[in-house]
Amino acid sequence: MGAEFVQLSLTPILIGVLASIACALPGNFLLMRRQALIGDAISHVVLPGIVLAFLVSGTIAAVPMLLGAGAAAVIAVALIEAIKRLGRIEAGAAMGVVFTTLFAGGVLMLERTDTSGVHLDVEHALMGSLESLIWLEADGWASLTDPAALAGLPPELGRIAIACLIVVVLTWLFWRPLVLTTFDEGFARTIGLPVAAIGFGLVVAAAVAAVAAFDAVGSIIVIAMFICPPAAARLMTDRFGVQVAWSIAFATLSAIVGYVFAGYGPLWFGLYDAVSAAGMIATVSGVILALACLFAPRRRRLGEGRGSA
Amino acid sequence: MTPLFQALTLQLGYNATLVAIGAMLLGVAAGASGSFMVLRKRALVSDAMAHATLPGVGLAFIVMVALGGDGRNLAGLLAGSAISAGIGLLIVDWMTARTRLGEDAAIGAVLSVFFGFGIVLLTVIQTMSGGRQAGLESFLLGSTAGMLLADALTIAVGGALSVAAVWILRRPMTLVAFDEGYARSLGVNVRLTDLMMMGLVLAVTVIGLKIVGLILIVALLIVPAVTARFWTERSASLIWISGAIGGLSGFAGSAMSAAYADVPTGPVIVLFAAALFVLSLLFAPLRGVVGALIRHRRFQARVHRRQGLLALARSEPIHDPVTLRLLRSEGLIRADGVATEAGQDAAARAVRDEWRWEVARTRHKDTALTGRYDGLTPIESVFTPDEIAGFDRLIAEGQT
Repeated sequence: MGAEFVQLSLTPILIGVLASIACALPGNFLLMRRQALIGDAISHVVLPGIVLAFLVSGTIAAVPMLLGAGAAAVIAVALIEAIKRLGRIEAGAAMGVVFTTLFAGGVLMLERTDTSGVHLDVEHALMGSLESLIWLEADGWASLTDPAALAGLPPELGRIAIACLIVVVLTWLFWRPLVLTTFDEGFARTIGLPVAAIGFGLVVAAAVAAVAAFDAVGSIIVIAMFICPPAAARLMTDRFGVQVAWSIAFATLSAIVGYVFAGYGPLWFGLYDAVSAAGMIATVSGVILALACLFAPRRRRLGEGRGSA
Repeated sequence: MTPLFQALTLQLGYNATLVAIGAMLLGVAAGASGSFMVLRKRALVSDAMAHATLPGVGLAFIVMVALGGDGRNLAGLLAGSAISAGIGLLIVDWMTARTRLGEDAAIGAVLSVFFGFGIVLLTVIQTMSGGRQAGLESFLLGSTAGMLLADALTIAVGGALSVAAVWILRRPMTLVAFDEGYARSLGVNVRLTDLMMMGLVLAVTVIGLKIVGLILIVALLIVPAVTARFWTERSASLIWISGAIGGLSGFAGSAMSAAYADVPTGPVIVLFAAALFVLSLLFAPLRGVVGALIRHRRFQARVHRRQGLLALARSEPIHDPVTLRLLRSEGLIRADGVATEAGQDAAARAVRDEWRWEVARTRHKDTALTGRYDGLTPIESVFTPDEIAGFDRLIAEGQT
């Protein structure tokens, strides 16, 4: 069990957990700012970004893909803002226009491009391939200290670890201004904080997390992790710091339980093939949110008693 | 003849024609019903619904196969998708009403979780015998290639019924979308109307699954409505302009996709609608960017002209280059900045206008009239000649 676990399940679980945390952290702020759907928009526009990067660079190497996807995310956010202001259109509608159009453009480019030689298609972009990120060189827990085996780790693990670290450090560094601008924009402005820049920086950090996670696990997990763990955590507590801690716990739990269910769940039901791990992680996060909606201590709005529901 | 021309003139075979007509009807229904969603500021709820169709499609397939039927029966799959989309919608409403989470969080949660669960079901189906050929992935992005005649007919009939429903329901839905309180005071059942609106959007989403796909159908609901908003301020025309834009996109997109290989239907329809949106954003006369820019420049010019003339009247030097250029080009000042005869006349008129306004504002406490003083509006356009003559008498008295 040990050797097989390290070889086949350890790295996907680690990648899943890191990706989930990287998305859930900025998700907390986006949730409180009522911008939860930015994550949705970003994960859609990543597709045209990577297709364009492929057309320009001709490879599916990680760096151009990440750059393309990141650029697409930033451009999309700028476009949403521009359309909102220029056309005087409500935020939700502006977002809907931008991300569907860019996604459609990405699909069209993908279909018109010869990508038969490389692994690049819409379904892969949506579902990711968490199951395939195995560590073949490992032959047991001892491999964790074996440099030769460590060199064979899937590169996605390193990238998502770096992205997760960046997000954690940024959140820690900018905690105070982020919290201030999120909860009391007027006060933040009066004490001289650059409110707009902080808001944009948050979106960029979310884009970094989304793009890195997308590379490893596909866009379903990205959208689910931006919203479900922070939303469930929001129903657990009134204190924002505690909420962030809960959201990290929920994200980790979703990733581990989801992966295990996807890999071993079908066996329990008498089926032989594993199901989509990304889909299952999203499902588990949804179950956690559903339980929180039904039973969490702080699920109601302030002033709404137990009897009034 | 090019294939595109053939497709646009419906000469590319019976099936392609039927698909094009179906896509057009779908576009009209989506554009018209989407305009209510956008006006009600609930545009992205339809995105949650669209993504929530996926588990329904998967479960319907599994159930139909388990009952010994053909899992690919389109009517059955669409029925399943409608049920799960409806459940998704109810959950969004329930979460928004009963928990402290906002609608955006509810939308995102339903969207991602239902979609994730749908993907799980798709991987289950792939392992079933015969499931690999199910082609359920085509519901993600839509596909009209190799569509059966019965499927095309289902879509065309569904689209036509939705358009009819929009026409029947247009009155209460417009009222509720614009002014909920007023609608309630007229005795309109807001809750029921909202439900019917959602039902209509749900129907459009489900019908559109096969052509546009569940990821992009939301575009067909939002983009035409937002585009139409640039062209009109009237709700009645908004619905049908939006419907026309949707229908045009559906028709042109499906024709293009029929004419060329490797051009997926859904994305082309969406991109066509998006192109119309960009054109409208820039060039629509009423609310377009270019129109607004021109109006802004004209306004600027009027301010500069007025201030320049007042400065001339007071014999003050003008330094602002824009003002100088403007007055010169109208022949009001000479190259050295001295007023011409026409310039002196215009300056005198501007000063008289200021005086008249001055008096008007002290005499009339009616802010509806005097509130229009902005230093630019000629007094003749607000007060009658009699009243202005009265102001002139007061000015004359004041000076003597």
